[in-house]
Amino acid sequence: MSQTSTPTLIAPARPGRPALGIAVAVLGVAVLGGLLVGPARIDVGGAIAALYDAIPGFESAHGLTEVEQRVLFDIRLPRVVMGALVGAVLALAGAAYQGVFRNPLADPYLLGVAAGAGLGATLAFAWTGNEALVAPLALAGGLAAVVVTYTLGRSVGGRTATSLILAGVAVAAFATALQTYVLQRHVESIREVYSWILGRLVTVGWVNVLALLPYAVVAGAVLVAARRLLDVLGLGDEEAIALGLNVTRVRWVVVTAATLATAAAVSVSGLIGFVGIIVPHTIRILFGWSYRVIVPLSVLFGAAFLVIADLAARTLVAPGELPIGVVTAFFGAPFFLIVLRSLRRAS
Amino acid sequence: MRRIAPILALLLFAACATDATPTTTTVDSATTTPATQPAPGSIGPASGFPLTVMADNGEVTIEKRPEAIVSLSPTATEMLFAVGAGDQVIAVDDQSDFPTGVPTSDLSGFTPNLEAILSYQPDLVILSFEPADSPVSEGLAATGVSTLVLDGAQTLDDVYGQIEVIGKATGNQEAATALNLAMQAEIDEIVSDTASSGQGLTYYHELDPSFFTATSETFIGQIYSLLGLVNIADQADTEGIGYPQLSAEYIVSQDPDLIFLADADFGESAETLAERPGWGGMTALDDGAVVELDGDIASRWGPRIVNFLATVADAVKTHASAA
Repeated sequence: MSQTSTPTLIAPARPGRPALGIAVAVLGVAVLGGLLVGPARIDVGGAIAALYDAIPGFESAHGLTEVEQRVLFDIRLPRVVMGALVGAVLALAGAAYQGVFRNPLADPYLLGVAAGAGLGATLAFAWTGNEALVAPLALAGGLAAVVVTYTLGRSVGGRTATSLILAGVAVAAFATALQTYVLQRHVESIREVYSWILGRLVTVGWVNVLALLPYAVVAGAVLVAARRLLDVLGLGDEEAIALGLNVTRVRWVVVTAATLATAAAVSVSGLIGFVGIIVPHTIRILFGWSYRVIVPLSVLFGAAFLVIADLAARTLVAPGELPIGVVTAFFGAPFFLIVLRSLRRAS
Repeated sequence: MRRIAPILALLLFAACATDATPTTTTVDSATTTPATQPAPGSIGPASGFPLTVMADNGEVTIEKRPEAIVSLSPTATEMLFAVGAGDQVIAVDDQSDFPTGVPTSDLSGFTPNLEAILSYQPDLVILSFEPADSPVSEGLAATGVSTLVLDGAQTLDDVYGQIEVIGKATGNQEAATALNLAMQAEIDEIVSDTASSGQGLTYYHELDPSFFTATSETFIGQIYSLLGLVNIADQADTEGIGYPQLSAEYIVSQDPDLIFLADADFGESAETLAERPGWGGMTALDDGAVVELDGDIASRWGPRIVNFLATVADAVKTHASAA
């Protein structure tokens, strides 16, 4: 369907070899950097040998102490994997929201998803004190927020995308207000909520990676499969309907998948902003406007971006830590402007 | 992210205040007068009201001996009762819980509410924290209620100074001076009793499970320094805030001799530490040198810093005898 329905203005149809190659290379460098650099100052040669040695069927004398091995495999590796997973999911969700709502500003934050998930998590901490309920309640909160946003947006402004964004802002403000109220009533849980909100890549282990993986895989598969439909939606609702697309259903499926992914990421890693805006936009500018390009590349570049941001978070003030949300905003915004300016000058 | 920033700021204060960790931010120290405590010699006639004291909100005049004190700081509450001003206290905030029997109310020290405070008709209010956007002390001053703002202590001298101020302001100056001397004597005794068994031992003082900690620059760190302990966090405090966040791999690779958990009240223990990724096999865990602290004692800069020091000294002696 999409081959005939997408006009020639969208090109190329899928990420070219160079683009994919660059993305994979950047991710590889980021992951390697994330594994080799850190406040524990593990010898780089030894770390490489130890990583090589850890691959089944390969052996290498690495000479790392037992402590260094624990740091490398139990602390750094899960943190890098988690960073990659969260980054991929957030960038993917951002791209999906932008496609569905045809709004370059759409991201998990503007639609109220993050605020809804935050409210859900806060309720879990305040009412139950049960850590196991944080993820499901964050999911419920995120989905509830996006449902309300969608319903509200449609009832107010019909099918225009801008009314949805406005509704999202209102929903986010409401959820944030409720969250503040709940926190004021439950002072004893402020500490947990606070450290959760600022992002928790700090304490991540393999348990957290395994908790996120199924959501990320399911949501990722749905969104990657729907990338062609996003291009069709990009033509406008009337055009897409005329071309035989069930716009409402596609929108629901994509939004649900993206929300699931966001809430899952948020529930294990806390609120990390900016990834969903910066990554898809940079890809758009560098590699093209088709979602068949943007969606898969968002996965790779989103993963690389967050791994690098996390590397900065734990090395810039080493041996201290910066909140990763601060780093993503601090590096994301100027980077985006530089790309924008350089391209404008080139054209 | 931007939308939740104001909440984050609030939470940051509130989260710190939950365990009564001093929250002297750079803004505070730049705008408030340094805690110039009156030296013991420079104090006016004993219980000669009206008098003035220096607090972190400047010079405060107290017309007569306060008989209706409201304390919105758990630390100030402990100081008030320790200097014998307990009878003069009519209400304390919802976090104040020591000594037993304090007149706990539903007043909040994190979000102090002017009208709620005034409903107790106080003649002296003591705060340790003011929200930047609603300075309660100004509102109280406008209604003629004397208000002392006593920020989180940075040093042990601040602790003694605040006890002096509270003693003087409540007409219990002699008791306050005696308390300070007794505390200093007890501290000296614990330190000499522990001798050199703590010299050079490294430690990590955990404030919360995301590895926020206190450096030697804080009153918390100074307690450990008295015994010669070395703080692994000192290199991490690049901004000099005193309460940096460490990374797990740094703590694990530093492998401190002793670990003190000020977040034990929140469920952290040697068992939960062993379950953290990469933490199993750390020296302190193998040696049984993980100490669960009373979160209140280890975060309030009041008279019970002596108990805090005693707990640390016990851990040091246990460690020395095991070695």
